[in-house]
Amino acid sequence: MNELAQAFKMALALILTGDSDLLEIVWLTMQVSISAVAVASLAALPLGGALALFSFPGRRTLIILLNSLMGLPPVVVGLLVYLLLSRQGPLGEWGLLFTPTAMVIAQCILVFPIVAALTRQVVEDLWGEYGEQLRSLGASRLRSVATLLLEGRFALSTVVLAGFGRAIAEVGAVLIVGGNIAHLTRVMTTAIALETSRGELSLALGLGILLIGLSVSVNGAAYLLREYSGWRHG
Amino acid sequence: MKLPKTIPGRCEQGTFLAGIPRAGALRAGTLRAGALRAAVLLAAIVLAAFPAHSQAGDAPDGPAILLASTTSTENSGLFAHILPRFREDSGILVRVIALGTGQAIRLGMRGDADVLLVHHRPSEDRFMAEGHGAERRDVMYNDFVIAGPRHDPAGIRGMKDAAVALLKVARAGAEFVSRGDDSGTHKAELRLWEEGGLDPVKSSGKWYRETGSGMGATLNTAAAMGAYLLADRGTWLSFKNRKDLDLLVEGDPRMFNPYGVLVVNPARHPHVKSVEARVFMEWITGPRGREAISSFRLEGRQVFYPAAK
Amino acid sequence: MAELGLTNRKGQGPVDPDAPPAKAGQETGPGGILPLELDAVSYEVEGRRLVDGISLRLNPGRRTVLLGHNGAGKSITLRLCHGLLKPTSGEVRWLGPLGRNAREHQAMVFQRPVLLRRSALANITYALGLKGIPAAKRTGLAMEALGRVGLESLARTPARVLSGGEQQRLALARAWALDPEVLFLDEPTASLDPAAARKVEETIQGFHQAGMTIVLTTHDMAEARRLADDVYFIHQGKLWEQSGAAGFFRNPRTREARAFLSGELPL
Repeated sequence: MNELAQAFKMALALILTGDSDLLEIVWLTMQVSISAVAVASLAALPLGGALALFSFPGRRTLIILLNSLMGLPPVVVGLLVYLLLSRQGPLGEWGLLFTPTAMVIAQCILVFPIVAALTRQVVEDLWGEYGEQLRSLGASRLRSVATLLLEGRFALSTVVLAGFGRAIAEVGAVLIVGGNIAHLTRVMTTAIALETSRGELSLALGLGILLIGLSVSVNGAAYLLREYSGWRHG
Repeated sequence: MKLPKTIPGRCEQGTFLAGIPRAGALRAGTLRAGALRAAVLLAAIVLAAFPAHSQAGDAPDGPAILLASTTSTENSGLFAHILPRFREDSGILVRVIALGTGQAIRLGMRGDADVLLVHHRPSEDRFMAEGHGAERRDVMYNDFVIAGPRHDPAGIRGMKDAAVALLKVARAGAEFVSRGDDSGTHKAELRLWEEGGLDPVKSSGKWYRETGSGMGATLNTAAAMGAYLLADRGTWLSFKNRKDLDLLVEGDPRMFNPYGVLVVNPARHPHVKSVEARVFMEWITGPRGREAISSFRLEGRQVFYPAAK
Repeated sequence: MAELGLTNRKGQGPVDPDAPPAKAGQETGPGGILPLELDAVSYEVEGRRLVDGISLRLNPGRRTVLLGHNGAGKSITLRLCHGLLKPTSGEVRWLGPLGRNAREHQAMVFQRPVLLRRSALANITYALGLKGIPAAKRTGLAMEALGRVGLESLARTPARVLSGGEQQRLALARAWALDPEVLFLDEPTASLDPAAARKVEETIQGFHQAGMTIVLTTHDMAEARRLADDVYFIHQGKLWEQSGAAGFFRNPRTREARAFLSGELPL
């Protein structure tokens, strides 16, 4: 109990002092996860939408696969990206291992199936409501995907936030491909892991509280934005 | 000892953070930002994350090398003590990845690090023999200690023979937590068991618990279970969550823990920064480095000792 | 092509609802996609026959009402006509000279209007865009269509915050903007209160007077009386009667139609 109180005190102190190392870590954490989610969503939203509207052989298998990949173990993804980016790996030339870009790639892979699978569900549900009207208006399937992605923007913002939550909270992948290098690839989760291994449990938990706070702020901001535009667009 | 700030043929570009607003600017921005500005910011972040080339290259203001080392050195705070001095002397930034010795050596074999600082001589010798390293030198040593619950059910407190102490732990059936991660510490522990003539792995899952984790995680486990373990002194001293654990056995010469520095062979891996890596090796084994290592203190105690010249 | 049709239609002036089809205007005359012929059309879902061998012919300029109980199969028949559903057997044929491009010359309004989360105006310009109308002309056409249903003042309002009746009129305006030869309406007033329903009916009448062929489904006899030139009575997936509205209401020939008209519950 005492340790918990200590952790809250620590979290508060961290915020109040505005420690520059901490700011750097928070900034990198946001940068990596937002980049990963943005890149993954750029591909996963259209793909999920297309998967909802187009029928082709193997579609069902692909959907099942995507749904299962939502639970991809971060460590496995980390290992996979590590082997790809290692100097001995196929993409070793790029020299990306132990860089923020490597972390973005790993998180991208983790987030992609989540956004794609949930988008598929959202768009498929919307298609049930809009499908006849869009077909009546002569919209092509491709055009319908674009229209429904726009129509589903509120639900899809939640989908993207789910992806963001996954990205910002995971440690297994970024630890392996980022290496938790101070001032280069140290993010909130790897910093928490490090402080835990140093037995600084209160500090680790304090960082954890900050991470949760960060997540709450992002989700809160998204929620308010959504409320606002929902009020404007019905 | 000063090096030219850039090495010919190496790409020079900003780091990840260059060219984008600093944290403060971002905060102020988002408060005022409309949706459009948020989108622009998002685009900037995305673009910044994907510069044309590697960011593992150099620091914004000079060359950087990647040092694969052990959790024992990183967690104790040694690097935070000595690396800024090295940078001051050489202008080279050292980035540290803290792993087990086994993992660190494998990183070196794959060419994913420029220089290694590890502590398992047989593995280091094999690394050199197989041609992965360009040069190896002794750097420093510290020692391992055996820690365990304060009430010491196996009764090993104050023993001088570490191998016999471990045997007593086994006979008492007291819980013992092992790194189990192929690290230098893990290998040192296994050697002690071997000298006592007992194979604890046969009892794995019973009184012998292999965490497969770093020193810190293993210490956390032992502290929570009230179990015995072998730890390096540096991590032990810097560890804050000891709970009921006490230092019970120390000073056995077999618990001597020497560290070596190895420069990854540029003939094997042309991209490694062997010039700067050598500068680091020279420095840490030279007078400035030896002085820096000696002056590092934990709880008022010297933890690492420079290797004999 | 589309705006040409619109001008033609505007130039025509009111058309007598009981007049023969030929007077209804050029695009609904021999030059269009009509007549539409259904030849022994059936539609099955999982072995259940929801539409059973319906044959009928829809002529230009008429207001045709598909009448029947809920679940009788009239909405499915309407969708088969519009091409949203493919018949399990039988054939749907557009017999006019433009019949090959029938999709471009028809529109449909659903019981619950399906509107996009954007302004009323944007809902119409979106549909015009799908039809290939150049961007520069869309707003003008859309405003004209909104004017047609009395919604100009709400052009910038988000479509989803309009009232039910306004939403249905917006759906009608969108259909109007597309300048269809035939407009299909599936129970267009069933979800509306009487006042809103009246306005929607008036709008439909106006469309017809401007030369549009109207095909609508309803289970509301009063509405059918007000709107129908021709009545097709559908019961349990089969077509039981087809006749002029006056004749049907005065003297239904089948027992099922008589039961329906006298308000009996379906068997």
